[in-house]
Amino acid sequence: MSGGLGLTPSQTVGPFLAIGLPWPDGPDVVAAGTPGAITISGRLTDGAGDPIPDGLIETWQADPAGRFDHPDDPRGAPAGGTGFRAFGRCATGPDGEYHIVTLRPGPLPSPDGGTEAPHLDVSVLARGLLDRVVTRIYFADQAAANAADPVLASIADEARRATLIAAAEPGDGDRYRFDIRLQGDGETVFFDV
Amino acid sequence: MTTHPPTDLQLPSYPRAGEGVHPPLDSPGYRSTGLRAPHQPLVLLPQRLTEITGPLLGPERVTAADADLTRQHPGEPLGERIIVTGRVLDSDGRPIPDTLLEVWQANAAGRYHHKVDQHPAPLDPNFSGVGRTVTDSEGRYRFITIKPGSYPWGNHHNAWRPAHIHFSMFGRAFTQRLVTQMYFPDDPLFPYDPIFNSIPDEKARQRLISKFSMDLTEPDWALAYTWDIVLRGTGQTPFEAQGGAR
Repeated sequence: MSGGLGLTPSQTVGPFLAIGLPWPDGPDVVAAGTPGAITISGRLTDGAGDPIPDGLIETWQADPAGRFDHPDDPRGAPAGGTGFRAFGRCATGPDGEYHIVTLRPGPLPSPDGGTEAPHLDVSVLARGLLDRVVTRIYFADQAAANAADPVLASIADEARRATLIAAAEPGDGDRYRFDIRLQGDGETVFFDV
Repeated sequence: MTTHPPTDLQLPSYPRAGEGVHPPLDSPGYRSTGLRAPHQPLVLLPQRLTEITGPLLGPERVTAADADLTRQHPGEPLGERIIVTGRVLDSDGRPIPDTLLEVWQANAAGRYHHKVDQHPAPLDPNFSGVGRTVTDSEGRYRFITIKPGSYPWGNHHNAWRPAHIHFSMFGRAFTQRLVTQMYFPDDPLFPYDPIFNSIPDEKARQRLISKFSMDLTEPDWALAYTWDIVLRGTGQTPFEAQGGAR
């Protein structure tokens, strides 16, 4: 149970979130053209495999050194100065597609002594979702780090674990693909955070 | 691959909501959940660095004009001018200062300024229905807007949404992210709305209903409604927590 005051319940963003939530610079966690910038893109689909054109994808991540510009990170503030916002937000288009431009996150120390592989936390919001759903993006080219990651290790089924891994696009190691399937065949792993 | 030795990282934790506070994703009364609610059970994600931090979005995302939805166009919007104000707190009672709130809503006739909204009610050229603000040092926020209208939707025969304003909050941590809807007191549509009633706990449901405030109503100008928003806390009292303010 959470503390003393009763929590405010969640409700759906509804079909018209596009008037309120997207920002023109939302997908740009760093400005395009920043050295080391990568693009993560993908499609949000429903249980029938159809694209979801009225969704919102939000991402939150460490910087390339594995640091957060946040007072609750006890390791102190990162170097900064890169224009790195750590937070990304993109509404899905008519074809269900979203993208963000960001930097590769670094690995993170875990309080239990392990190491978390580079990842982004993701919130998915849409009509028909009464609460956000949360997933994570890992990177296929971090196989050794992924093998040691405690969150991935907690998912026994290999096919399910694979839904959390973004693959580099053929011929372009700076472009990754991460599709999100809300329901049914190939359903993405969602977390209770 | 980078490895980290065992650490003494001390991180806050955010206990999960109790039973019945948030709607189940699979809520058949709300038809759009049918193909969108995941079927697999959620996997427990222990809260580590990525979860206990979050975007500290504040003043750089808003201008003072963004909190007054009645002054965004050359003329005044039609409808009943209202003040909506309250605080953003965590469940330990600690105010959340300097945090971004985003709102969007239908106009007084119950129509959104969105191409997909085909409800045959008039658009208002003087109302976009979008606002933003940042809480002050005591977690307070204040919007000026017009009271949104109810509107029909296709969920079932004669389905109408109770009047509501969509609210989006970040708090200080990824665990605290919340998007919800604020309702108005005594709406006759409450018993018929599957979205409002998707919240199992009756008391939790009531927490989405704002209160009319005669005290904050401004004479000859606007009625006022108050609504406090409570995000997940760490289960510590403000005195126990380290550095409650940042």
